[in-house]
Amino acid sequence: MAEIENLEPDLEELRESYRSGKTKEASWRKSQLKGLLTLLKEQEKDIFKALEQDLGKHYAESYRDEVGTLTKSVNLALSSLKDWMSSRKAKLPIATFPSTAEVFPEPLGLVLIISSWNFPFGLSLEPVIGAIAAGNSVVLKPSELAPASSSLLAKTIPTYLDKKAVKVIEGGAAVGEHLLRCKWDKIFFTGNPRVGRVVMTAAANHLTPVTLELGGKCPAIFDSFSSSWDKEMVIKRVLGGKFGACAGQACIAIDYILVQEGFAPTLLELLRNMTKKMFGENPRETKSMARIINKKHFLRLKNILDDPSVQSCIVHGGGVDEDNLFIEPTILMNPPLKASIMTDEIFGPLLPIITLKKIEDSIEFINSRPKALAIYVFTKNETLKRRIISETSSGSVTFNDAIIQYAADTIPFGGVGESGFGRYHGKFSFDTFTHEKAILRRSLLTEFWFRFPPWNDFKLALTKSAYRFDYFEFLLVLLGLKKNS
Amino acid sequence: MAEDSETKKVFDAEAAASLMKELRGTYASGKTRSYEWRVAQLKNLMKIVDDHEKDILDAIRADLSKPEQESYIAEISIIKSSCTRALGELNRWMKPEKVKTSITTFPSSAEIVSEPLGVVLIIGAWNFPLLLALDPAIGAIAAGNAVVLKPSELCPATSSLIAKLVGKYLDSSCIKVVEGAVAETSALLEQKWDKIFFTGSGRVGRIVMAAAAKHLTPVALELGGKCPVVVDSDINLPVAIRRIAGGKWASNNGQACIAPDYIVTTKDFAPKLIDALKHELEAWYGKDPLESKDLAHIVNSNHFARLAKLLDDDKVSGKIIHGGQRDKANLKFAPTILLDVPEDSLVMNEEIFGPLLPILTVDKLEDSFDMITSRGKPLAAYLFTNNKKLKEKFVKTVSAGGLVINDTVLHFAEKTLPFGGVGESGMGSYHGKFSYEAFSHRKSVLYRGFAGDASARYPPYSDRKLKLLKALLSGSVVGVILALIGWS
Repeated sequence: MAEIENLEPDLEELRESYRSGKTKEASWRKSQLKGLLTLLKEQEKDIFKALEQDLGKHYAESYRDEVGTLTKSVNLALSSLKDWMSSRKAKLPIATFPSTAEVFPEPLGLVLIISSWNFPFGLSLEPVIGAIAAGNSVVLKPSELAPASSSLLAKTIPTYLDKKAVKVIEGGAAVGEHLLRCKWDKIFFTGNPRVGRVVMTAAANHLTPVTLELGGKCPAIFDSFSSSWDKEMVIKRVLGGKFGACAGQACIAIDYILVQEGFAPTLLELLRNMTKKMFGENPRETKSMARIINKKHFLRLKNILDDPSVQSCIVHGGGVDEDNLFIEPTILMNPPLKASIMTDEIFGPLLPIITLKKIEDSIEFINSRPKALAIYVFTKNETLKRRIISETSSGSVTFNDAIIQYAADTIPFGGVGESGFGRYHGKFSFDTFTHEKAILRRSLLTEFWFRFPPWNDFKLALTKSAYRFDYFEFLLVLLGLKKNS
Repeated sequence: MAEDSETKKVFDAEAAASLMKELRGTYASGKTRSYEWRVAQLKNLMKIVDDHEKDILDAIRADLSKPEQESYIAEISIIKSSCTRALGELNRWMKPEKVKTSITTFPSSAEIVSEPLGVVLIIGAWNFPLLLALDPAIGAIAAGNAVVLKPSELCPATSSLIAKLVGKYLDSSCIKVVEGAVAETSALLEQKWDKIFFTGSGRVGRIVMAAAAKHLTPVALELGGKCPVVVDSDINLPVAIRRIAGGKWASNNGQACIAPDYIVTTKDFAPKLIDALKHELEAWYGKDPLESKDLAHIVNSNHFARLAKLLDDDKVSGKIIHGGQRDKANLKFAPTILLDVPEDSLVMNEEIFGPLLPILTVDKLEDSFDMITSRGKPLAAYLFTNNKKLKEKFVKTVSAGGLVINDTVLHFAEKTLPFGGVGESGMGSYHGKFSYEAFSHRKSVLYRGFAGDASARYPPYSDRKLKLLKALLSGSVVGVILALIGWS
């Protein structure tokens, strides 16, 4: 745990590293990214162990969701770095010849990354990859709620990366508050909206730009499917997107399902059967599902279930094990919409099914609630797909799957409204830690003398036609053949 | 007119809440989403500037005593060209962008769809009162949002004209103007907006961002800074001088966020530079600049007093080498040059935003780059040189919103370049397509197929599944095949 008084020398060292210019060098960035790659390879077993300790995750889940996606992202950054770092030329109109214009990507400087506890490696290092690729000095503050992961990061990062330019500072709220009082060139925050507000308010003091990756209640709209092949496939994806994603403790986990009331019994049957198949009789033993992060969240979820109006809606599971912080995969049918299970982000292995008269009613249902990080739609109906895209708003929309958009690096990952703003993954990670500096290069050879005072009507007429890029009219005015324009 | 002001209600928190409620309703109806609506609004905006050019120029002159040509070039023509560009490109901007997908998500296809953010607030500044209210609005409208404009109260004639013309020409169920000062702005800032676009000072920028933080509202802040001009000796001096003087005094008499704030040049070259500047100033504004009609006035007595204070600072006495004339009653201030003022003088420690131009001399120009960047990143930085190495070093080491080599301010007019600040000079950018993006949410859409699925993704987990996952995530097709074969 970092002592607050000791932070200043660290920060000064980081600023000095940035000022020296070394983090801007392509060679430095490459070496850091390679260092990360080596860390992920050599520390794989320890990472699995830490995640098992913090969250009870099976190493396959840890690989799939964290180590694997990070490895993919580092490799992408390494192979794309030269391209990402190069200036982009901007087109200019003929009238400005022989000027040239470009956009030059430069690092912001010293950036702060605050990550969350549910994917403690993934959500820490994914932004770090972008920050390093973009040439910044970095402070990473991992979540103290995942202590084994936080401590492993604090131990390994200084060994594999340049400890003068990339630092891990561990701690809880007090350390977080102190860090937020400092002046950063960018803050990247993953967590809940309450803390998101605190982060942005602190950033406002220094005019620091922020990216906030928050959460929300991500709905899954479930249309009817006729083919059993399709049904089996999407059911697996739904369950993978809920219980298979850190036991539902993920910002993009399916929060609840919307289904047409006629199809609900079929859906429930499919879900129940597949849940048993995928998670077995003893999911905690087989680690086919993660456990709840801590007592506080366990009790929060238990309280949700203890509400009598909610408890009566449980149609599968519902068993809780306080000693082991484990809650079984639980399915509920139509819990009251005013209960906290339907007003707050669940962030746990409770899956409400809400039935609607028509599947299209899901659009209004979703629109009357805050914008979520993701909307999932399981359907083959092209009209419904188009309507969801144009009539709802969310960070992203995924059809016929869930969570997997996290692994795609050609589409931006981020929220809108209550689910946050800013985005990353792939090149978007690089961009989020970059200032795109506009550069206009002009020649001293030619001049539009009519740009300058003293003013007269002739100059004004020339300016008007120049701005319209009406070269012919410009010529006429110049030659005195036209007065007004 | 008299009746209007008597029955004018105070725009308070309640009024702001009811305004927001109304706009949320209209936005939810989907009215602003259609291409047709957006095009109609943009065309009408164009009509405002086309049909009311004289009224606009009169209002700006009443507020700022800006020369007509300056108002035309800097405000009217830019609005026109922004509208034209938006109208010409809107179709393209609105199209979803298809993107490639990798084997990790095979089989799949993906696209990025632009959608409006919703109900947005645009707060304009006083120095280019029409431009800085309407130019961002063009982006907001093109992107399909409902908009509230709050023009600067320091330009009452322009603010009132904007309110009148927007009310007359644009769809007032979706686009509204709220006039007022601190009280009205505070009432607006209490509401939950989907985006706030602010142009103004860093001090107020902080207030806006803190208010936005309460609602997790994203912001774009176009602020300012001390924009330096570094001048090398080996250049076409007459052209450079005109461009520097134009960027400074022909831009609202230095009251512009991208106006050159101070010059840095070598000790050897300074005398020549100063001489050329003095000559150009006399050619433009005559022997008595306070009599010239081509020089804009200072916006109000507060700013006039602020600028006077910078000149009356003890630390700069004896450093004033040209100008200094002022007329308090008429808010006129002559172009003034100062030489080698101390680094701790007032004039070097705040954004000047006026006709004072300090010139600092150094031995080697490169030595000044660190000094420049240590002062906080400005909105723009300028370099005049023919030396390629110096240009490259400048581009690499000087961080600013934008850089211009061998000219000043002109990058503002290039719509293919993003215009915005960094650090103290702001966040976010606009102009051209960047305006459209500033008011849009780019939504990722992933379509997954049913052709096959790696059961490796799901529990119950196993070592074999782990092998396949590794291959899938590495994007290696060969790896995937091998892993599948190894799986019997």
